[in-house]
Amino acid sequence: MANKLIGQNFVPHDVVAKVTGRAKYAEDFRAEGMVFCKLLTSPMPHAKIRSIDPSEALKMPGVLGILTADDVPQFPPPQRPILQKDEVFFIGDPILALAAVDETTAADALEKVKIEFQQLPHVLDPLDSLYPGGPNARSNGNVAAAQINLQTVKWQAGDFYDDSKLPMGKPSEEWSYGDLDAAFKASKLVIEESFVTAGYSHHSMEPRTAMAYWQGGKCFLYGSNQSHTAAVPNIARYIGIEPKDLVFIAEYCGGGFGSKIPGYPIMAVPALMSKKLNRPVMMRITRIEEYSLGTARPTFQGHVKLGFREDGRLLAADLYVVQENGPDIGGGDFRSAGNALSFVYQPTSMRFRAIPVLTNTPLRGPQRGPGENQLVPAIEPMIDKAARELKIDRVQIRKINAPDNSGKIGADQGPVTSAFIKEALDKGATMFNWEQRKQRSGQKNGNKLVGIGVGQGYHSAGSNGFDGLLRITPDGKLHVHTGVGNLGTYSHSATARVPADLLNVAWENVVIERGDSRLGLPWNSPQAGSLTASTESRTNYVAAMDLKEKLLDIAAQMLGGAAADYQLGDERVVSKADRSKAITYAQAAQKAIDLGGKYSGKEAPADINPVTKDGVQMIAGTGLVGVAKDNLPRVGVTPGLTVTFAEIELDTETGKVAIKDMLCVADCGTVLHPQGLAHQIRGGNVMGIGLAQLERHVYDPKLGIPTTVLLYQAKLPGYLDVPAEIGWGAVEKPDPQNPVGVKGVGEPPQGSGAAAITTAIADALGGHLFNRTPVSIDMILNAVNGRQQAHKPLQVNSV
Amino acid sequence: MIVKDMMPTFELYQPKQLADALSLLDRHRADGWKLAGGNDSLSWFKERIKRPKAVIDISGITELKGIRETPDGIEIGALTTLTEIERSPVIRSNYRVLADAARRVAAPQIRNTGTLGGNVSQDARCLYYRYGLPCYRAGGNTCFADTPEGVNREHALFDSDRCIAVSPSDTAPALVALDAKFVIRSTKGERVIGTEEFFIGPKVDITHLTSVQPNELVTAIRIPKTWAKAHFYFEKVADRDSWDFALVNVAAAIVVNNGTIERSRVACGGVSAVPRRLTVVEEVIQGKSQDANIAKLAGQSAVRGARPVNYNQFKVPLMANLVTRAVRDATA
Repeated sequence: MANKLIGQNFVPHDVVAKVTGRAKYAEDFRAEGMVFCKLLTSPMPHAKIRSIDPSEALKMPGVLGILTADDVPQFPPPQRPILQKDEVFFIGDPILALAAVDETTAADALEKVKIEFQQLPHVLDPLDSLYPGGPNARSNGNVAAAQINLQTVKWQAGDFYDDSKLPMGKPSEEWSYGDLDAAFKASKLVIEESFVTAGYSHHSMEPRTAMAYWQGGKCFLYGSNQSHTAAVPNIARYIGIEPKDLVFIAEYCGGGFGSKIPGYPIMAVPALMSKKLNRPVMMRITRIEEYSLGTARPTFQGHVKLGFREDGRLLAADLYVVQENGPDIGGGDFRSAGNALSFVYQPTSMRFRAIPVLTNTPLRGPQRGPGENQLVPAIEPMIDKAARELKIDRVQIRKINAPDNSGKIGADQGPVTSAFIKEALDKGATMFNWEQRKQRSGQKNGNKLVGIGVGQGYHSAGSNGFDGLLRITPDGKLHVHTGVGNLGTYSHSATARVPADLLNVAWENVVIERGDSRLGLPWNSPQAGSLTASTESRTNYVAAMDLKEKLLDIAAQMLGGAAADYQLGDERVVSKADRSKAITYAQAAQKAIDLGGKYSGKEAPADINPVTKDGVQMIAGTGLVGVAKDNLPRVGVTPGLTVTFAEIELDTETGKVAIKDMLCVADCGTVLHPQGLAHQIRGGNVMGIGLAQLERHVYDPKLGIPTTVLLYQAKLPGYLDVPAEIGWGAVEKPDPQNPVGVKGVGEPPQGSGAAAITTAIADALGGHLFNRTPVSIDMILNAVNGRQQAHKPLQVNSV
Repeated sequence: MIVKDMMPTFELYQPKQLADALSLLDRHRADGWKLAGGNDSLSWFKERIKRPKAVIDISGITELKGIRETPDGIEIGALTTLTEIERSPVIRSNYRVLADAARRVAAPQIRNTGTLGGNVSQDARCLYYRYGLPCYRAGGNTCFADTPEGVNREHALFDSDRCIAVSPSDTAPALVALDAKFVIRSTKGERVIGTEEFFIGPKVDITHLTSVQPNELVTAIRIPKTWAKAHFYFEKVADRDSWDFALVNVAAAIVVNNGTIERSRVACGGVSAVPRRLTVVEEVIQGKSQDANIAKLAGQSAVRGARPVNYNQFKVPLMANLVTRAVRDATA
């Protein structure tokens, strides 16, 4: 294979539609007879629903009907319900939906619905809930997560003896390796800190609007989702139908950041309302509803103890995470945090403990680098503290502890496919002029202090076992069918360049088929977890291999000889012996239709997913079909790694931190699409700035009401809060377990970006550790002026 | 049940003449609502918290737009956009502090639609008030922010009286520094008042931040020549450098002669319900040379008497530092 396309920039085909406004998002669709529905949500953080009386609302002209929990499929807690029946768990928890001829009527009618609540005590801080006698976020428990049953856990009062230290009662999950006590004893330096990483909402630009109607026994759903085929079985389950009966249309997604991975329960509302009314139903989700339903990153209250050898090697690590998990199943962030610590710093012994605690706050779910990115902004300044105390260069101490290809990860100390973080540290240090810049650490210029930061980020970034589906049509076009979504990374197109290169097809002859179930889409990984670049370059590779074999076969059948006598030329199959003997791909496609069977997709491999089988059936007989399951070997975790460097100026008179320079280098294997990589790095670093300095959930503790709901209140970084340019680079070492050497990189830049800022702030202030993000203006001013911080040390959801 | 984020219906009037607007305001009084750039109004409507019966959209009244030079200074039509103010050559050369303040409001899109009249008339940003709770400012009988655990990071240091919300405007302290006058019209006639009378605290009226009545309209803002080409300073500190409200802002106009401060007007926003004119600072620095020592003293005296609540203690050093910088760094 000649890499003609891989590694080159290209303009993704949907860019023009996006920048001209022609792109159709869920809200832009209309259907004949369409009506609107709106949600009625809880005004209270925690309450029992005593009664619902919609009679006055239903009498209003233009009102068409309501949908309550009784009308929708039920799922056992802590799974997320579609609509609440007996109890509400946060302000904004959906109770019912009402349909009307227009939204104004629907909203006016909802005001007339009478609901009688019995208010229950609410809780915003996991530690309050773990305290003996403390309130529970649910009547039936206060601890839950995926693989952790809903249960009630109270610790001993004695666990809470020191307000500034995380209490560490019985965890829900625990693992360890090595001899931790011996390792701490052997350590020259032990650093022990409690920390808080604030959770905050995703605030995707496009709220999770959906429109649905039923036709021919199938449900047509227009939604906003970052994944495509991976979401179909879940959405079908929420609606209560078979995946094959769902036509899912989601060509564009206005941001997800982890909040729209596998479909989500509320998507079922317009579908079920439509079924009930027998009319198309649009449910536009508002900004306030998006805050409630759009999920948020879980908050961490953590404690970490690190033991270093004199030469800087990390011998022992002991991590405890109390995860604020919202009202139900939440996220598994804590597990990823444990793995990240074990992998990025390779401690020779480690213990991990965690407990996910429920609060009466919005739904939690994965947000870019879930777990890893709550950990590194807290840990990296502690690594710097060790470097200072042991008099080791800060980049050096990271290299001393960094994994290479033999690095181990997690409880079972399993392998990874490759790790070139040392190379990334070296390359970044060179590009950033680390040796010169670090001389400026803490330099005072009037009222401004210079801070130099370095942060690392990690996320597993590849999977396997999904399917690839390609097709050549009689017009000679190569159709790359992709089931990944359109999150904005353009991996749907970047990974299509793999089969184009493998099959020698010019890019202008490649058609990307995506965004609509009716196009015949394969079972692909969710567009999440930094997965798609690596995973779908594999699926497209195996499908291309299948297609290649069939092309050679067909050439042999048409021109005589054996398949082995032929090779692929530029969109032609050519005889090795006689280059004048050739067929075009277009001819091969026509022949495949004539041949039928496996060639035209009339027969499909037995091991592919049912979703892919449906997809193959839809396109069967229209060309030469290449389809295969990715059975290529992959042993171990595929890590995506980044390093960000930053220089800041901290104004001691205003508490403002100005980011003067930022640069990020990735270990993401072969670079598929340089511009795409640059965008992932810059976008991730920008989100890291938000995590480090600006974004958090703030609640009134007494009333349980949120105060960071609207975009201006949530304080996502604006264009003046981030550097105009963020430098980037890649180590470009191929991953040996991906056929084209690719690893993903979507998530780590946020963590490394945030950590570069927290380390830079600590550096500017002579090593001061806030042990809390976001590091806000008030915290800096209080620290500089020797004032006590206004928040309690481990307080969460607070100012 | 409470429903949010969906604008209710109202009667919309779009008068083209000032006289028509004034008679509409007179007719609707408390049921009417003045809409200019809409940046504050529409969010109130969408939250369904303010529900006027009649909205009088004044944005089409051309006589309220534009900047005019007068024998006494300039007159700025209330509908002049913040972008126009930011770019106005006469304001930039003579009254720069106002252009600097306008440039720091929100973000370009908002400055393109937001008007000077709207910016000084905007309502308090207290999170509880904006949530629609029945607080003092909303006509109720409690303050949710002034509690031991209340979310009060953005709140007042001075002159609180039951309500601890602050003036959110960036242009307001600049107008105080320039000793601006507000031209207010109604069907009854015209009154012209100074900033001390225009901006009001909770002691005067706890439910309003200005003294403008429902039947009245701010038509223009006049800036006298008194402070033209003085040494000016404006600085705003907010969490974000765009689309954010000031934690504290400062505006200063200082007349310096041979290095000596002859007279000054200094004001801070974000520290009380009104843009707070710092007369103590003005007295402290009068007749002194404009240097770091007097600036430091100015900063210290600015915060004397501050009564912070829990989360806004950082505003004390922040305000002191900003006033110090204003006195030290004000330039022609």
